[in-house]
Amino acid sequence: MNLLEMNHIKKSFDGLEVLKDISLTVNEGQVLSIIGPSGSGKSTLLRCATMLEKIDNGDIIYLGEAAAKSQGEQAVYAKTADLKRIRGYYGLVFQNFNLFPHYSVIKNITDAPLRVQHRNKQEVFEEARELLRKMGLEDKANAYPYQLSGGQQQRVSIARALAMNPKILFFDEPTSALDPELTGEILKIIKDLAAERMTMVIVTHEMNFAKNVSDYVIFMDKGVIVEEGSPELVFNSENQRMKEFLGKLSGE
Amino acid sequence: MTITDIIKELSSGMGITLEIFFVTLITSLILGLGLSLVRMSKVKVFSMLARIYISIMRGTPLMLQLLVVYFGPYFIFGMQITQSYRLKAVLIGFALNYAAYFAEIYRSGISAVPDGQYEAARLLGYSRSQTFIHIVMPQVIKRIIPPVANETITLVKDTSLAFTLSVTEVFKLTKELVAAESSWVPFIVAGLFYYVFNLLVAVFFDRLEKKLSYYR
Repeated sequence: MNLLEMNHIKKSFDGLEVLKDISLTVNEGQVLSIIGPSGSGKSTLLRCATMLEKIDNGDIIYLGEAAAKSQGEQAVYAKTADLKRIRGYYGLVFQNFNLFPHYSVIKNITDAPLRVQHRNKQEVFEEARELLRKMGLEDKANAYPYQLSGGQQQRVSIARALAMNPKILFFDEPTSALDPELTGEILKIIKDLAAERMTMVIVTHEMNFAKNVSDYVIFMDKGVIVEEGSPELVFNSENQRMKEFLGKLSGE
Repeated sequence: MTITDIIKELSSGMGITLEIFFVTLITSLILGLGLSLVRMSKVKVFSMLARIYISIMRGTPLMLQLLVVYFGPYFIFGMQITQSYRLKAVLIGFALNYAAYFAEIYRSGISAVPDGQYEAARLLGYSRSQTFIHIVMPQVIKRIIPPVANETITLVKDTSLAFTLSVTEVFKLTKELVAAESSWVPFIVAGLFYYVFNLLVAVFFDRLEKKLSYYR
């Protein structure tokens, strides 16, 4: 089943067209990477998918339920109650973590499952501790975000998103705020999640990572999808713009 | 007149001074929060009205405002002003004035919370009110403690303005005592009273700040 379907997404900021007719689908268990130069619209696409930004036109469909549907000249969003349910289908890991500074690590992870999902307290805490173990942070449960390194904070924020049991996990340049050493530990965790068949959509600048971990890669430039397909196909593309982009990255 | 007599005499006004202080602090902290939200409203008319209100309250003397609140009912509505209205007018005037200052303090605190906090809360499914109460406000409170402490210290001293409406608080009694006894010792006793009061206020906010320093 398609977990997410985005059709003909259009989005402008003050007359500047940032997304020009973008379509994509995400299947269960798929890892989709979105790459492209700064200003290509890839982060905006992610923010539209997670409904942090409103699209101007197009469809956003999660698990067959329309969050937004194109009606003529504009997209019409579903009712608040429906959107609330649909928001529960996905999680987002931010570039700069956005942990709650006044909550301890364990509270960051458990608060939303308890307060928003009203789940059983014991079960939530057990799951949170299991997640912390998985993230290699079992000894940091009672620490506060400011006491952690960037890599540790990002791992907590991944755990926080996973604690909601999302069907899809979005990553918005999850390693851009980290130094290369810390980048590795985050990429390893994403790889582990991929091995567990977690469905993920990753906006990234890490080309090797995108190549290795993804099932599907989308290359965006100036608001359009220039190239897409399997990593082999995209990274060996004959497309001029794609070659330019990869060439610049490898310093050729 | 001995110092003990002076203290005894003045202490009969301390209750009123404390009442003005606590009632003003509590009401204006609540009113101020509401006012700051109106001030930040996306509805332009509301935010503009709040802006004008704050501008007037901060731009004119508190003493004048107290007089307006006191005489207003008579001049505007032709109502008879009763004796018991004096203290009420003081409390209303103080609350209206301090709410304006606190509103601006809240506003600075609220706008200092990064957008990412709202976005993270939204992604995790928190409602708007849950986000405000559990995610935003705790961070706002931590941030605004120093300016609120400042304002509170000013409030302790401003309570003396209640003498304008002949409310029998510490300052009015002090002036009367100085005149009656032709002694300036009551000034010193009153000064000490306000100073110790503010020392306690400062210690309180210092503790609160330390208590909230468990995170950054």
